[in-house]
Amino acid sequence: MEPIRKHTGLVYPLNRSNIDTDQIIPKQFLKRISRQGFGQFLFFNWRFDSEGTPKKEFSLNDPKYKDASILVAGENFGCGSSREHAPWALQDFGFKVIIASSFADIFYNNCTKNGIVPIQLTEEETQVLIDRSESDSYTISIDLEQKTVNGSDDFHASFEIPEYQREMLLNGWDEIAVTLTHKSKIDQFEAELQQSRGE
Amino acid sequence: MNKPKTIVEKIWDQHVVHQEQDKPDLLYIDLHLVHEVTSPQAFEGLRLKSRGVRRPDRTFATMDHNVPTIHRHIIKDQVSKTQMDTLKQNCDEFNIPLADIDHPDQGIVHVIGPELGLTQPGKTIVCGDSHTSTHGAFGALAFGIGTSEVEHVLATQTLWQARPKTLNVKVNGQLGKGVTAKDLILAIIAKYGVRFGTGYVLEYTGEAIQSLSMEARMTICNMSIEAGARAGLISPDETTIEFIKGKRHAPKGSDFEKAAKDWKALATDQGATYDATVEINADEVEPQVTWGTNPGMCIPVSASIPSPDQANSANAKDEISRALEYMGLEAGQPISSVKIDHVFIGSCTNSRLSDLQRAAEIVRGKKVNPSVTAIVVPGSHSVKVSAEKEGLDVIFKQAGFEWRDAGCSMCLAMNDDVVPPGERCASTSNRNFEGRQGTGARTHLVSPEMAAAAAIEGHFVDVRKLTQPTPS
Ligand code: SF4
Repeated sequence: MEPIRKHTGLVYPLNRSNIDTDQIIPKQFLKRISRQGFGQFLFFNWRFDSEGTPKKEFSLNDPKYKDASILVAGENFGCGSSREHAPWALQDFGFKVIIASSFADIFYNNCTKNGIVPIQLTEEETQVLIDRSESDSYTISIDLEQKTVNGSDDFHASFEIPEYQREMLLNGWDEIAVTLTHKSKIDQFEAELQQSRGE
Repeated sequence: MNKPKTIVEKIWDQHVVHQEQDKPDLLYIDLHLVHEVTSPQAFEGLRLKSRGVRRPDRTFATMDHNVPTIHRHIIKDQVSKTQMDTLKQNCDEFNIPLADIDHPDQGIVHVIGPELGLTQPGKTIVCGDSHTSTHGAFGALAFGIGTSEVEHVLATQTLWQARPKTLNVKVNGQLGKGVTAKDLILAIIAKYGVRFGTGYVLEYTGEAIQSLSMEARMTICNMSIEAGARAGLISPDETTIEFIKGKRHAPKGSDFEKAAKDWKALATDQGATYDATVEINADEVEPQVTWGTNPGMCIPVSASIPSPDQANSANAKDEISRALEYMGLEAGQPISSVKIDHVFIGSCTNSRLSDLQRAAEIVRGKKVNPSVTAIVVPGSHSVKVSAEKEGLDVIFKQAGFEWRDAGCSMCLAMNDDVVPPGERCASTSNRNFEGRQGTGARTHLVSPEMAAAAAIEGHFVDVRKLTQPTPS
């Protein structure tokens, strides 16, 4: 996983709550067996009509957001299915940071395993970002070391993220390799389990 | 005396492998369930780093999401077929037990775990599937994980997890006649919203929960994720122990007696404290029907569809308007007047034997409305066989239902069981998200009884008002 410390990018606002992972990537695209190439299916049913033509009214099809790398949405982003295809699709499409007023637990976790920074801001703060990026092309910078979000204007906010996940993202660690440094403890735990429960 | 603990605290403390300041705990995983959709990239990850599966004996795989439920072996979709073949190859390569499409143990992963006795109280259970919370019905700590975590568990049999907060969902009183566990969980989500459980493990307590069967408890715990909670559980009691007794993977003889004692000791201690509590009166719960595009958009069958004007914020107003538009419904319309085109009885929420028995009671001797296509998809091959022994298949078929093979089917429509655009389905599954049962499909979540009644009438109806014929 690529380390990420700071990122500056264009904001794409998606002013909806409870965006579930079935919307982020519909199930008909979960059949691939690799991690790559899911970006083309991102928000598929919102982006395309039944003929596969891009829907004009869906804002992600607006050329002004073509280079957006920061998605800002309403509360409970990523609820529903545990499919990691959702962060894979977002990342493959070009999003490196997701900002929302709240996240579903599994989705949040899945982001941090893939080098996407999930940032929880207050409802007021996300609304400001949404308003500004809807009216104009709007760039912000996030700093994972300082835990801050700064607009190209007077927007400043700070955020919290569990320390463990922050370190993972900052260093781009292979989590399994980290865990395997504790292998002797796992061995010991299993030995005790065998003794006490015969498992 | 020791400080009183909740069941979650007890299970947690028994599974911590390693603890460090400012870090999540390294938690041991007792059982890892695997299916074809969320595992291929995890196995690929292992291969890329030349890693093995630490405990194939604590891993169990099945095929459920993609499998055809009719013409079992004609898998038209090559990509689906590749995904199923890939699971088979991976299980062969890493020595993992697999209930593949022809296996008598095949079924929806959350149906077969309990059926085989793999699911037991006090275990930590994970699966790359958000409805893993189902197994919490047994007093197990069970939750869904992403594919990176699947890979992590395969390689290490552990996960880094922050100690969760606990939330007591206290259900007072008793459910009325004709009102089911499905109605109860839908009513809880309707009352408290689709995110009240985020960050928590839910524990369902109270008289109404204690009197539920294991299958009903599974229906409740299954939908914990629709309230935002990764896990939901119920303290084990005699009902739990009775259910497990004699199951294939359950302990036997004196081992069982010992295990049963340990299991009962897991129940939350009197005086233990939770981080939060919500309450609901079971007596007040009516049969429920969802009208919108998330499970919280749900009303009693006697009610009318809400209007955007009832919303308390601009965003909520938008959400209701968008849901009404997608669902093709009018504000103020009684939900019972809504006509349906499809009925789906199945999914890990409601496809167990007792679900099918109750639905069959409703349809016995009646006919599916000519405007409705109705299918029953048993949760596992074993459920199918048991149901056929009782003649339930005959009751359903005579009424005009299709009787299918086991799988996830129309719950997420990854196989050919798809609701066409714009058509409306009364479904016993757990998600009414846009496009869930097919692009443009409109889903209404209900109990098996309510789905059966809707199939007969062609629209939603309070199942309690249907007079049931006396069994001959
Ligand atoms: S039945 Fe539906 S919810 Fe359950 S595991 Fe299958 S797809 Fe998921």
